[in-house]
Amino acid sequence: MIWAPLAPEIALLSAACLLLIIDTLSRDEKRRLTYWLGLAALILSAVLVLAFSPLEPVVLLHGHYVSDPMSAVLKEAICVITIAVFFYAYDYFEEHGLLQGEFFVLSLFAVLGMMVMVSAHSLLTVYLGLELLSLSLYALVAMHRDSPTASEAAIKYFVLGALASGMLLYGMSMLYGVTGTLELPAVSAVIAQEAGRNLILVFGLVFVIVGIAFKLGAVPFHMWVPDVYEGSPTAVTLFISSAPKIAAFAMAIRLLVDGMAPLVSDWQGMLIILSLLSMAAGNVIAISQTNIKRMLAYSTIAHVGFLLLGILSGTRTGYAGSMFYVLVYALMSIGAFGMVILLGRHRFEADRLDDFQGLSRRSPWFAFIMLILMFSMAGAPPLIGFWAKWFVIKEVIAAGYVWLAVLAVTFSVIGAYYYLRIVKLMYFDEPTHLTALKASQEMRFILSLNGLAVLLLGFMPGLLMAVCVQAMRM
Amino acid sequence: MLILSDVLILAAVLFCISVAGIFINRKNVIILLMCIELMLLSVNLNFIAFAHFLGDIAGQVFVFFILTVAAAESAIGLAILVVVFRNRSTINVSDLDTMRG
Repeated sequence: MIWAPLAPEIALLSAACLLLIIDTLSRDEKRRLTYWLGLAALILSAVLVLAFSPLEPVVLLHGHYVSDPMSAVLKEAICVITIAVFFYAYDYFEEHGLLQGEFFVLSLFAVLGMMVMVSAHSLLTVYLGLELLSLSLYALVAMHRDSPTASEAAIKYFVLGALASGMLLYGMSMLYGVTGTLELPAVSAVIAQEAGRNLILVFGLVFVIVGIAFKLGAVPFHMWVPDVYEGSPTAVTLFISSAPKIAAFAMAIRLLVDGMAPLVSDWQGMLIILSLLSMAAGNVIAISQTNIKRMLAYSTIAHVGFLLLGILSGTRTGYAGSMFYVLVYALMSIGAFGMVILLGRHRFEADRLDDFQGLSRRSPWFAFIMLILMFSMAGAPPLIGFWAKWFVIKEVIAAGYVWLAVLAVTFSVIGAYYYLRIVKLMYFDEPTHLTALKASQEMRFILSLNGLAVLLLGFMPGLLMAVCVQAMRM
Repeated sequence: MLILSDVLILAAVLFCISVAGIFINRKNVIILLMCIELMLLSVNLNFIAFAHFLGDIAGQVFVFFILTVAAAESAIGLAILVVVFRNRSTINVSDLDTMRG
């Protein structure tokens, strides 16, 4: 069947449309039906991705869509991460009285957008996938309609996101004008034939890079990240910080590697600047934060800097290292925001650092999970976060940028301070009150699983790395 | 006779106006939405010009997609604007600064 590789997307689209109708008709205050059907849709598309995962790239729809090993791995990761997000989010919305079916429907559309982005094979598909994702996310951020901070975050996200899309599009129009085609490999082929340096191409490239940097949240295009993370409902922050980063990574690979590989020496320099600034600003500004969501936002910016290190090395193993990093980052990020959700009580967000005071006295097990997550984010061996940093730094050194590697390590040491401060708050400070944490069974289970995954994967990083290398082979 | 560079310069000027509008404007969020629209339209102009002078239809098809997405985008933008106005009774850009750090 020629349409077979599209099965996950078709299934997800049908499910999301159906769910939209079912949710409108449903009278259940708890939205259980929407929730379970949403989960079922994600599991179904995850299974379909596995079932149709190709060994060789298959190009469909007149060259606009590709299904290759990389897209299969990333789609699988996006589905699994979003399943975990649903578990966390249901608990959060129930506790805060915000249960609406829209969250699940919009998330499914966002996942569809991410899948389209991951499988993009032309400039048009990249743009459409990106917009489907972004438009869903703008609405998700504004979901808490009565919160002034959420609506402020939404309008900021919207304006800056639209600006980024505009920049990206302008760059795409330049690429199209020079190469006369929208298909990424064809663009790459035409660029390779160009003799000498074409200034218009580099001009277009700059705009494309600005667009990518905006979507990833790299300095100096990071202004939206802290405000959106702080202002959105925590469950939405959890979602924004995880799966869309995987999709943004895929977009960077599709545009820069598939579409503009011959310009590698040009985009390498730009990525070095973005990466250095992100690592420096992210790690240093995070130290002065008192709100944990804002602190994790700056930590995201720092992680994006590390993620770019792998891409800028310009080799297949470098890309695999970045892919490893983004997958690991998504796993750690949902765990950390999951802890913020767990600490929140009825209609009360526990988003100050002080809320972690004496957690080891209140709940030793979850304090331990947070300890694992924080050590992993800081990059302490033998946790998985250490291996993620190890692989990208190894590739940067192999590419000949030893000074960059030295700076990266220095910044990650600076960054360790604010992660360890949370551990100190949990284990060495007195709790202000001793009420036990209350959360649903599913929430406890999925959070424990998440923490243990970070711990156990750290003992066998080769397994995940082999998958990434395999996916990046072509 | 119109040549390619004329259209490209016009599109570039429109693009610059829209970006400047987004950064300079401190008064009204609706003007930001208008600037975003203008930005997408200047890109459309670029695509149409290239498609015409290259004799390739793909660029014009791209324009239809951008127009559709722009419609959806302004719908969501206006919806968010309504939410902001209900919560704060103002759509002044310089008042939207409660989050700092």
